[in-house]
Amino acid sequence: MAVTTLTEDLGYTPNTDGVWSWLTTVDHKRIGIMYGVSALVFFIVGGLEALLIRIQLAGPNGTLLSADAYNQLFTMHGITMIFAAIMPVAAAFQNYMIPLQIGARDVAFPRLNAFSFWLFLFGVLMLMSSFFLGGSPDGAWTGYANLSTQVTEFVRMDYYAIGLQLLGVASIGSSANFIATIFTMRAPGMTMMRMPVFTWMSVVTSFLLILSMPVISVGLWQMFLDRNFGTVFYEAQASGDPLLWQHLFWVFGHPEVYVLVLPAMGIISETLPTFSRKPLFGYAFVVFSGIAIGFLGFGVWAHHMFTAGLSPVAEVGFGIVTMLIAVPTGVKIFNWIGTIWGGKLTLNTSMLFSIGFIAMFIIGGLSGVTHAVIPADTQQHDSYYVVAHFHYVLVGGSAFGFIAGVYYWLPKWTGKMLNETLGKWHFWLMFLGFNLTFGPMHILGLNGMPRRTYRYPEGLGWEFWNGMATIGSFIIGVSMLVFIWNVINTRRKGLPAGNDPWDARTVEWMTTSPPPIHNFDRVPVVRHLDELWHRKYGVDEEGRAVPLPDGYVEEPAFVEEAGGIHMPSPSYYPIIAAFGLVTAGAGLVFWSSGILGVGMLVIGAAIMLWGVVGWAAEPITREAH
Amino acid sequence: MVATVTRPHPTAKTYWLVAAFLAAVTAVEIAISYLEFLGPAKGVLLVTLGGVKFFTVVAVFMHLRYDVRGYRMLFLFGIVGTLIVFAAVLAAMQAF
Amino acid sequence: MAVATDDVFEEHDFESTADPIHRTRKTAMWIWLGSEVFFFGAMISTFLLYRNTTNDGPGAEIFNVPFTSASSFILLTSSLTMVLADSAFQRRDQRQGRIWLIGTVGLGLTFLAGQIFEFTEFVEQGLTLSTSPFGSAFYMLTGFHGAHVAAGVLMLSLLIAFSLRGRLSPDHGMNVELTALYWHFVDIVWIVIFTVVYLLQI
Repeated sequence: MAVTTLTEDLGYTPNTDGVWSWLTTVDHKRIGIMYGVSALVFFIVGGLEALLIRIQLAGPNGTLLSADAYNQLFTMHGITMIFAAIMPVAAAFQNYMIPLQIGARDVAFPRLNAFSFWLFLFGVLMLMSSFFLGGSPDGAWTGYANLSTQVTEFVRMDYYAIGLQLLGVASIGSSANFIATIFTMRAPGMTMMRMPVFTWMSVVTSFLLILSMPVISVGLWQMFLDRNFGTVFYEAQASGDPLLWQHLFWVFGHPEVYVLVLPAMGIISETLPTFSRKPLFGYAFVVFSGIAIGFLGFGVWAHHMFTAGLSPVAEVGFGIVTMLIAVPTGVKIFNWIGTIWGGKLTLNTSMLFSIGFIAMFIIGGLSGVTHAVIPADTQQHDSYYVVAHFHYVLVGGSAFGFIAGVYYWLPKWTGKMLNETLGKWHFWLMFLGFNLTFGPMHILGLNGMPRRTYRYPEGLGWEFWNGMATIGSFIIGVSMLVFIWNVINTRRKGLPAGNDPWDARTVEWMTTSPPPIHNFDRVPVVRHLDELWHRKYGVDEEGRAVPLPDGYVEEPAFVEEAGGIHMPSPSYYPIIAAFGLVTAGAGLVFWSSGILGVGMLVIGAAIMLWGVVGWAAEPITREAH
Repeated sequence: MVATVTRPHPTAKTYWLVAAFLAAVTAVEIAISYLEFLGPAKGVLLVTLGGVKFFTVVAVFMHLRYDVRGYRMLFLFGIVGTLIVFAAVLAAMQAF
Repeated sequence: MAVATDDVFEEHDFESTADPIHRTRKTAMWIWLGSEVFFFGAMISTFLLYRNTTNDGPGAEIFNVPFTSASSFILLTSSLTMVLADSAFQRRDQRQGRIWLIGTVGLGLTFLAGQIFEFTEFVEQGLTLSTSPFGSAFYMLTGFHGAHVAAGVLMLSLLIAFSLRGRLSPDHGMNVELTALYWHFVDIVWIVIFTVVYLLQI
């Protein structure tokens, strides 16, 4: 297709050099890259936390960590991995890919997008500063009351309450942004049922966040008020009910686990058809089962609380819905297998990770169903069996899916191909290390090893498998080093990717790699699901794909735009507003220290007000020359 | 693009009338809250009248009656979801 | 994006004749309000859970219904002035719009003053944050609602300032219609609180 350069039509030459251009950028692609890099860095931090935990548990009577340090580390490992690594890497993919997949020039609210990113980054940095300033949260990522509300001499759980609060605001902002983008900014002809599955799963994810984040927000405020303002929400001595926290937490917490896995499911629904050279089997089923998972995800939270003393009726109800949610998940798995079945497979790294996702997710999904059986769950509760289960879903599931996505889309982001040999080393090392780490935890858990204990005595039969798990965790570490080396190496040595290196199906592959600031020189008019494939291939009498002759595309193939392209101008107000909000949050953390806390709160609020007012008064697009 | 065109928003006169209606309903609500003889019917009446006010404001002042269907769905999604989820939470905590 | 390809369009729920940026913003606002529904839903549920857990301290009997009814009328009226302001700005009558906005700000501030008075009264009668879960839940719910009103007052004041300096146009981030949606939302939350927390409990 003809490539026209329309830079003169942008009205200005975008400045893409220097730190300042990154700090003020509102380009969804650059924000996506920043999300991705931050997520990778925090993934390494979370991984190091995990390795310390594994060294401590490698043998009986570990001496590396004190009980106190261990509590902080496993809590921060959970928070880091969930809120600072997996959710932001999902945000990275969504930021970069949604506008490209639906043929839009940017997200709906570019400055809100920048604000969400900076709020996320500063919020995580504030949470991590707790290692050095006052101690880290040590009440597990679940922060159960009244464990979390009783000890108020330390600010540790204040970091938790305020830190998650800030990250929640960032998530709500970006989710509202994505939904508005997807609902109102699709290319002509791109109906909802012609959207790529990844974009569809992002819709579901965004709704889950929009509706679940406010619930935990209320819980976190209640925790914070209990700790600092003398309220008695969770104070049993004052007739408060600590169980309320568990309900509020899990009403958020269970949709949250689908937030972590649905985008990965979306990604492999893109890679599997591309590398099997077949359309996705049962597109509508995959989409609607994703929506069903979203709905049911709000109805299963109490299966985390089967040992908390619910009524039998409630237990049975939640047990049944928990089993039900396996149905749409199973539908998806069969559709993926149906996609691969009879396909012409390309077993490259991205495909290996996608298939790895299916295999590992089946194991994690099945162990999940065992939790729906209430008597069994009562035995498994708080044992390493649960740890094994959710790591199979979140590492073997989410992480594998996202890595598959990196190998798939990094050529689009950088214009360079990743090295396949290193990629295969990465996959096989990670696959081995992962199963060696978390497989044995099933056995450990069924043998009675409780989670969240910092050491165990000799002679309980846990030594061997713990040793294996520690070896496995280091193999995962090595595999990540291979991955990082691969990414860095690609910058210098990667082969050029071209627009469409995989002979892929969706419209993001129609533009250059990396895409120009305005994404598409000419926005395509969409007539099919898998629009790009239909522009490249027709079908012969026996149903086989045959390449169409050059230049065969239904007219009009592209939108004819009058008046040039108007891209949003860079703005420094989002970063100012985010900085102010996090400063105010830090003030709340140190509220009990008197003047320090109040001072930071007031200054932070003032900075935020400056950012927000400036933001509101600023014109959206740069005036045309 | 049929039938999705936004209907025109009402005029100031409608707004005044609706405001008068809301004030009247509120007055009735307050009166009902003092009528002890109503027993359990009191609660039902108050919730119904509160709901009428709620949806009147949403429909007229917030223009949901006049704007495209999508906004209505987004908001109803939140309302219905909240009612179901928190009814379940309160039931599970035996608050009723 | 006007294109001569109507045949490939499928009708969907967010199409309208309104300009695209406007439609996108309004969609986002409704999403945000849906989120707020869950926020207040969680707090109202907490209150319902603790409605009788008073630890022998003051309970719903200390509510002063005539006073709160006056507050409710004030907030309802502010919704009327808000919608009239919105309507004036739609007609591009900025002067009249400003007058209604100022009225709305005044009513909002009156409501807040009433809330401060009410809280002071209750504290004097022995209901504090720490008295009982009932007290905690009551103050948190009404307090967060008050904070929303205060944020609304701030937004309305900004709109007045922008309008005076001629910076209120569709190209700017602030917008009367979106602020109006937020303000009405705060009002309907109060309708629920007034019914559930006050009238149903006495």
